[in-house]
Amino acid sequence: MSASSKAPLERLPRAINIGLLVGGLALAAFPLVPMEGRDFYLQMLTQMMILAIFAMSLDLLQGVTGLVSLGHAAYFGLAGYALAFITPADTPIALWWSLPLAALGAALAALVIGFFVVRTHGIYFIMVTMAFAQMVYFLFFDNKALGGSDGIYVNFKPHAFIGSWEGIDLDNKATFFYLTLLVLVGVYLFLRRLLFSPFGRALAGIRANEHRMRAVGYGTYGYKLTAFTLAGGLAGVAGYLWAAQTGYVNPELMGFHMSAHAIMMVILGGMGNFAGAIVGAFAFEYTLHLFKDITKHWQLLMGSFIVLVVVFAPRGLLGLLVRQKEDAK
Amino acid sequence: MSATPTPSAEVLLSARGLTKRFGGLAAVNGVNLDLVRDHIHAVIGPNGAGKSTLTNLLSGDILPTAGTVTLGGVDTTRYSPEAKSQRGLGRSYQKTNIFGGFTVWDNVRLAAQSRRRYAPWNPAQWFTRADAQAATNASCERAIELAGLTARTHTVAATISHGEQRQLEIAMTLATEPQVLLLDEPLAGMGQAEAERMVELLLKLKKGHAMCLVEHDMDAVFALADRLTVMVNGQVIASGTPAEVRADTAVQAAYLGEEH
Repeated sequence: MSASSKAPLERLPRAINIGLLVGGLALAAFPLVPMEGRDFYLQMLTQMMILAIFAMSLDLLQGVTGLVSLGHAAYFGLAGYALAFITPADTPIALWWSLPLAALGAALAALVIGFFVVRTHGIYFIMVTMAFAQMVYFLFFDNKALGGSDGIYVNFKPHAFIGSWEGIDLDNKATFFYLTLLVLVGVYLFLRRLLFSPFGRALAGIRANEHRMRAVGYGTYGYKLTAFTLAGGLAGVAGYLWAAQTGYVNPELMGFHMSAHAIMMVILGGMGNFAGAIVGAFAFEYTLHLFKDITKHWQLLMGSFIVLVVVFAPRGLLGLLVRQKEDAK
Repeated sequence: MSATPTPSAEVLLSARGLTKRFGGLAAVNGVNLDLVRDHIHAVIGPNGAGKSTLTNLLSGDILPTAGTVTLGGVDTTRYSPEAKSQRGLGRSYQKTNIFGGFTVWDNVRLAAQSRRRYAPWNPAQWFTRADAQAATNASCERAIELAGLTARTHTVAATISHGEQRQLEIAMTLATEPQVLLLDEPLAGMGQAEAERMVELLLKLKKGHAMCLVEHDMDAVFALADRLTVMVNGQVIASGTPAEVRADTAVQAAYLGEEH
């Protein structure tokens, strides 16, 4: 029963909302700026946005519902593989049906795995989600028919034709950048809406006190399973985009490191409000690039950085901003 | 049992032969209990008598080794706590059990929202605004007012006084619109003034509810209870009106003799 500062930040102060808006506009303007090596930076930013979508999907479990999944990358990777498998060798497929299909596939996997794991609590939940993700990982890693340890290529980038109009060209890096930005904004707005819906409030209640939620009449199992499935589906959206952008999938996409990175992104930015997950994904990836340039022992630096954030900003980078505001009161 | 109330009274919850064994220890042993609408039934007994275990058995938090619990005429012995709540049983906890980081309003609103029987996987529930549900808000406001917490509506629950948190417990329970109220030591740790207010509230809640009151405060128990059940070592040693129980020699031995 500790003070309110332990509760995650849900309602964002205006300063943060303005900051997000400015950041979004800056991203939208980025492809218009002429510069050298533009394609490289476009690709890097696109990847950061995809990881931000992935981190937000995890935040629905980790920050909102209080379920720390150490196997969330499984759904990210499965959707990527789904795109690779359904793309024929000779022709591209349409984004309009293949993206929902891949996301549904990931959601279905999350539903099946969630059916078992959502019964467990605390440390057991962490262990069991990891165990299932490792099973999926090795299913692909050890299976030549599924690409084995080398992974497989996505033969064509999906197209976005509308009827006979050739729509938008996703092979264009700027176009793909904008598509990803659009999905990022869409997922963010959807999850923010969900957070303050009856469903989202019930999930927050489960995080705060699941026992009491059951006593006032909530079948918490159904709520947690729905959240798990939804989070898996959204991770699938991110995984699909990743596979479409890089044109290549391998088992590492659903590996332990990928899952752990997502957890760190959410912690780094601040849990339970989705804005933190976006900030965390960008900050994490940026720091990663920075440290990798400095030394090949970048993991040591990354580890220290995360420890510092946890010690000095327990509510993440976003929480830092807000704490100063509360102290001023 | 001789403690059966007048035949016209409406029994809302009925326990028969309720037993819970933990290994060799029978924490609750063959307890019969009837909760009647518009009546307060107090359960008293020394520490370790099995009162809390009995409450947990009735609410579904733990499953009995033997015996039955009927709620509104339906056998609910093996129902989960949430299923019992949806069938009209509301309980409060001895140890304050609230959503500490939420405001009083959010605590009670969440309890009230549980009566909207939306499935979580229904997307209609993902897009509506939780704070714009008129029926839920009305029921939340009612419960907060009844529990006397209106002045604290927007205060974070972890920061209100202990007594107010006890009131909040009651408000959350009331927001689920229960028929049967199972209150586990609502007066625990309260000061004189707070306790008096709580007794007043409980008297108000008597109308329309069947109430089971597990309580240590004897003044409150004798002021409130229509019927009393006395437990010692997991067993009922006496049951009846307060006057009958007061006169009971076994009870006097338990409270004045070697058990105390």
